[in-house]
Amino acid sequence: MSYSHHLPISKPVDGSVGSTGIWRSFRPVIDQEKCKHCLLCWLYCPETAIKRVGEDHMQVVIDYTYCKGCGICANECPFKAITMVREG
Amino acid sequence: MVVVTEVLTGNYSVAHAVRLSRAQVIAAYPITPQTTIVEKIAQFVEGGEMNAKYMRVESEHSAMAACIGASATGARAFTATSSQGLLYMSELVWWAGLGKFPMVMAVVTRAMAPPWSIWSEHNDVLAHRDCGWVIFFAESNQEVLDLTIQSFRISEDERVIQPVMVSLDAFILSHTATPVSLPDQSDVDDFLPPLGSRRLPFILDPANPAAYGNLAYPKDFMEFRYEVARSMEHARDVIVEAGREYGKITGRYYDSLVEGYRCSDADVVLIGMGSSVGDAKDAVDMLRDKGYSVGVIKLRTLRPFPFDEIRDISRGKKFVGVVDRDFSFGFGGIGYGEVSSAIGGRVPVQGFIAGLGGRDITVKDYVAIGERLVDMADKGLEPMSPIWIDLKREVFK
Amino acid sequence: MSVPLRKLSLKEYLLPGQASCPGCPATIGLRMIGKALGDNYVLVIPACCSTIIIGPYPNASSRVPVLHIGFAASASTASGIKAGFDALGKHGIQVVVWAGDGGTADIGMASLSGFAERNDDIIYICYDNEAYMNTGIQRSSATPIGAWTTTTWTGKVERKKDIPMIMAAHKIPYVATASIAYPLDFVAKVKKAASIRGAKYIHLHSPCPTGWKFPSNKTVEVGRLAVQTGMWPLYEIEHGVFKLSGVSKALVDKSKRRLIRDYLKLQGRFSKISDEQLSALQRYVDEIWEEIVLKLNGQRTPSTSS
Repeated sequence: MSYSHHLPISKPVDGSVGSTGIWRSFRPVIDQEKCKHCLLCWLYCPETAIKRVGEDHMQVVIDYTYCKGCGICANECPFKAITMVREG
Repeated sequence: MVVVTEVLTGNYSVAHAVRLSRAQVIAAYPITPQTTIVEKIAQFVEGGEMNAKYMRVESEHSAMAACIGASATGARAFTATSSQGLLYMSELVWWAGLGKFPMVMAVVTRAMAPPWSIWSEHNDVLAHRDCGWVIFFAESNQEVLDLTIQSFRISEDERVIQPVMVSLDAFILSHTATPVSLPDQSDVDDFLPPLGSRRLPFILDPANPAAYGNLAYPKDFMEFRYEVARSMEHARDVIVEAGREYGKITGRYYDSLVEGYRCSDADVVLIGMGSSVGDAKDAVDMLRDKGYSVGVIKLRTLRPFPFDEIRDISRGKKFVGVVDRDFSFGFGGIGYGEVSSAIGGRVPVQGFIAGLGGRDITVKDYVAIGERLVDMADKGLEPMSPIWIDLKREVFK
Repeated sequence: MSVPLRKLSLKEYLLPGQASCPGCPATIGLRMIGKALGDNYVLVIPACCSTIIIGPYPNASSRVPVLHIGFAASASTASGIKAGFDALGKHGIQVVVWAGDGGTADIGMASLSGFAERNDDIIYICYDNEAYMNTGIQRSSATPIGAWTTTTWTGKVERKKDIPMIMAAHKIPYVATASIAYPLDFVAKVKKAASIRGAKYIHLHSPCPTGWKFPSNKTVEVGRLAVQTGMWPLYEIEHGVFKLSGVSKALVDKSKRRLIRDYLKLQGRFSKISDEQLSALQRYVDEIWEEIVLKLNGQRTPSTSS
């Protein structure tokens, strides 16, 4: 007989504390025309909320479900391709 | 099958048991009177008699941390300590118990400071009776060896998955050599689960990632405590089963949580834990010769607490005396408190405090206790506040 | 030293939607560890902000196994895990401690020194946000002079404890400093640590917007200024040989260091700093670099290039 124990084991999931996107006061908006695909925003995002998409994974998009609007991406973008826009 | 009898101290008995049990990670910090356990194990490892990772940690707190870490990989871990060392690792002793990390720890019971003492007292172990460890008290060096081996099996049993403590009294057992029978290595291998086979409580494994022990909100928390509680209840049967299987191998059966000596027809019963129970048994023989109807119950396990066994053995007795080698200030003897709750007022219980800081509890002391209890029973006296044995009252003028 | 950005793997080891403050440096660090080590590692996390960041039961934000443990015990627990893996023949799994400055240098100091002295084969990474942040911004031994915390309302009096140098004094095979503002340098250092047997220590500077009182979008900028002013030198000590890293190499020349006021003025925790405390901080930076120069000159092999 295999015995089961109820243990404080936590499994990997996105959104361990929910959709942290609701924390935002400002949202980052990427101007894809200005974006030069340097990937610095992706590198620095503390929330893993910038996704690399496209065939070569060089295009970046914001995952608004989880983005907390910290603004690091906008602050670091060398091409000023990201603007922080006030949430509704 | 090769059975060897060696003349061993209690500490060396622990070391041999750990060797026979093939413990894989040893992490310990020396403290008198535990030191010869870890010294002997170091000799076994460096001499090639034991294939273990021996960690010379820098404190007891780190010793328990390392054992928790090793246990979390599924390895068989062991440590040993006493009094101040046990208190220093206390935070993590709770972590191991509440977190369900199987391992075995030998505690050489020693009085806590101040004043400094290196001699026997039970408060160190008793201060950790609440944290989810199965706790054994050994009466003899043979029991020390036997219980340590059984503890690995009980700890890793899938119905339990809790750490286990084996307590042996300072110097009386730890440093006194008596003949001890060592079971055959292959018998111990068959008795214990195969190394590396354990998957519970959870095993650190990158192929199956999980985080263990994180924040649990009030809505989720109680159930984790209940899990530990029910594991401790399962331990009752697991202890008895392991004790029976061990008996089949060695002829020494440990298939009950208590051991009664000349109890069934006794009017008055003494209850105790640890090495001095041996003296109590001698005292019972002497009392019987004098015509007193006295018996002894030894609490082999403190946790899980043998409620039913105490209740059953004490049924119909006229008086029960509990001898505590410990004290809970502002309360009384801890064993007394727990036994009283099991007996529930059906039989009067008198507490005795003896042997603190390693003062001898002699056979004569037990005879006097027995006579006192018989006297109280005959006169129908009420139990009184704890009676301190061999106290130098003249100091308190 | 650095790993090229384009070489970083796409796989993420810290999942989105965790409990960190917006702009948290620790989560940048956690993401980078995954980029450096891949799948085959486990984390040991004592009480610290990351305990909460990893997520409440039954959810975890980490894609690798995590053993949570008591505050003072992380190094020893990791050593025990390594011993257990070795005993079971499970080789090749990196055991990584991820601990804050409190759990490393204060309450965890004994355990830290112990693992180093034993040269236990684990990677210890301290993410230094310069205070006990998880309990609400109380000062630690890693708090710099003059910094406001909830237990140093008029600014910390004592200097910042030099933990990497303490670790170097244990003569362990690898000690390094890093910063979340230079993540590729950090990734390279974690990779290097993983290739070395024995005790490895990396001290990761982690500017905390909540505790240092700056806007959440400035985390990387503040981290960069710490390095550019010389307040946080980037270096490695590999088998006893001291080497500056990246932009820190040029800062041996004092004129190349930016003025520390550029760093301090961004942070609310230094807004009430006195002139005396400012001088003390300037002296602190000068002393660090005097010692670095002495070290570089005193070494048998010149080692400013990597």
